Amino acid sequence: MNAFLALIERDLRLALRQGSAIGTALGFYLIAVSIIPLGLGPDLALLSRIAPGILWISFLLSAVLSVDALFQEDRDDGSLDALAIGPLPSELIAASKSLSHWLTTCLPLIIITPLAGLLLNIELDAVPKMVASLTAGTIGISFVAGAGAALTLGLRRGALLLPLLILPLFAPFLIFGVGAMADAPGAFVQSILFLLALSLFSIAAMPFAAALALRLSLE
Amino acid sequence: MKTIEPMARSGISPTRATAVSAVAAEGLACQRGGHIVVPPLSFEVRAGSALILRGPNGAGKTTLLRTIAGFLPPAAGRVRVSSPKGDASVEGHLHYIGHTNGIKPRLSVIENVSFWQRYYGGGGDPEAAEAALDAFDLLDLADYRAAHLSQGQTRRLGLARLLAARRAIWLLDEPSVSLDAASTRRLETAIADHLASGGIAIVSTHLDLSVGEAAILELSRAQVLQ
Repeated sequence: MNAFLALIERDLRLALRQGSAIGTALGFYLIAVSIIPLGLGPDLALLSRIAPGILWISFLLSAVLSVDALFQEDRDDGSLDALAIGPLPSELIAASKSLSHWLTTCLPLIIITPLAGLLLNIELDAVPKMVASLTAGTIGISFVAGAGAALTLGLRRGALLLPLLILPLFAPFLIFGVGAMADAPGAFVQSILFLLALSLFSIAAMPFAAALALRLSLE
Repeated sequence: MKTIEPMARSGISPTRATAVSAVAAEGLACQRGGHIVVPPLSFEVRAGSALILRGPNGAGKTTLLRTIAGFLPPAAGRVRVSSPKGDASVEGHLHYIGHTNGIKPRLSVIENVSFWQRYYGGGGDPEAAEAALDAFDLLDLADYRAAHLSQGQTRRLGLARLLAARRAIWLLDEPSVSLDAASTRRLETAIADHLASGGIAIVSTHLDLSVGEAAILELSRAQVLQ
């Protein structure tokens, strides 16, 4: 447990020191959210109706932007070798990396989502719902992304392959994430429960896929 | 396929009880990408002794070390680790220093060592971390960003984690690369102390490291081409 925390702490510190990865994701998110309305024309009602979808899609694209670096740096500088012979099984190394990704990329994106929602004329009482659906879903997103990053580790052009691999897997998250914002009675609770189930499944399953890929990448 | 004879067998009785009493290869053949790189060989390294791997480029020194570390599956044979209590596994007893150092340029020198110390379960003892830096003459640079270190200093920082977290088996792949003469002597001292306290070291190097009790295993490329 101590080793797990030490690894998370190191990755958070590295992310804060570098800053550019967080900044890029936040910048991309805000820019995507602000230029999409320009392509829709001056229809405020349409904009606020499709705002949850825009927010979710922009969020997912921003979140995968820096995922390829998740294991790449550790592999390139030899840290991955040294981590692998340590006390943590590869599954927990992968889980810790996914958790770090959520803390350093998804959490900042969630925090600026109310601001991004404002740009899309989203109704004020929909903001807490939006934040709740993102929080419930994006933990699973980070774990799926972690497995994808491990699979493409060491591949030439892996960074280009990675979105192709993981974006389709985000489809169920997107469906229930946007579903949570529907007007139908009970839609919110049901969709949040589905998002939580998807996230729990990802947390339970993805580290094993990632660990297998990590062990192969050490060869 | 032939076994290298005589077995490179060496060893002094450990002066102190340690977790690992011997590392042995039993008919161990190493492969990389499906090709046999190191033909089957057997050796035993007892606690308190070292095995020096020699050989030209491409002879399989790195492959052998990575196979012992468990990164590569052996093509044949096995690595046996024995402890005073019986058979053990390399897991939890291993330090591996390869061609890269596992150093984060954005962390300071002391943060790098402290992280590995905590990760390997050495507690957060700041004195042990500082002693490890001191042993490789990095203590006055403790608060520098690792990005500002020279090649040789980065190498020493990589090696410092050997001392920050104590583990019984050291696998060192060309550890003296980019070290100057004084730093190489510090490395020799560290290895000699490790052996004296009952540790095991398997080191690939082109240099004449004088580290006390050491057997030499010559790997040659010719064996592979036969």
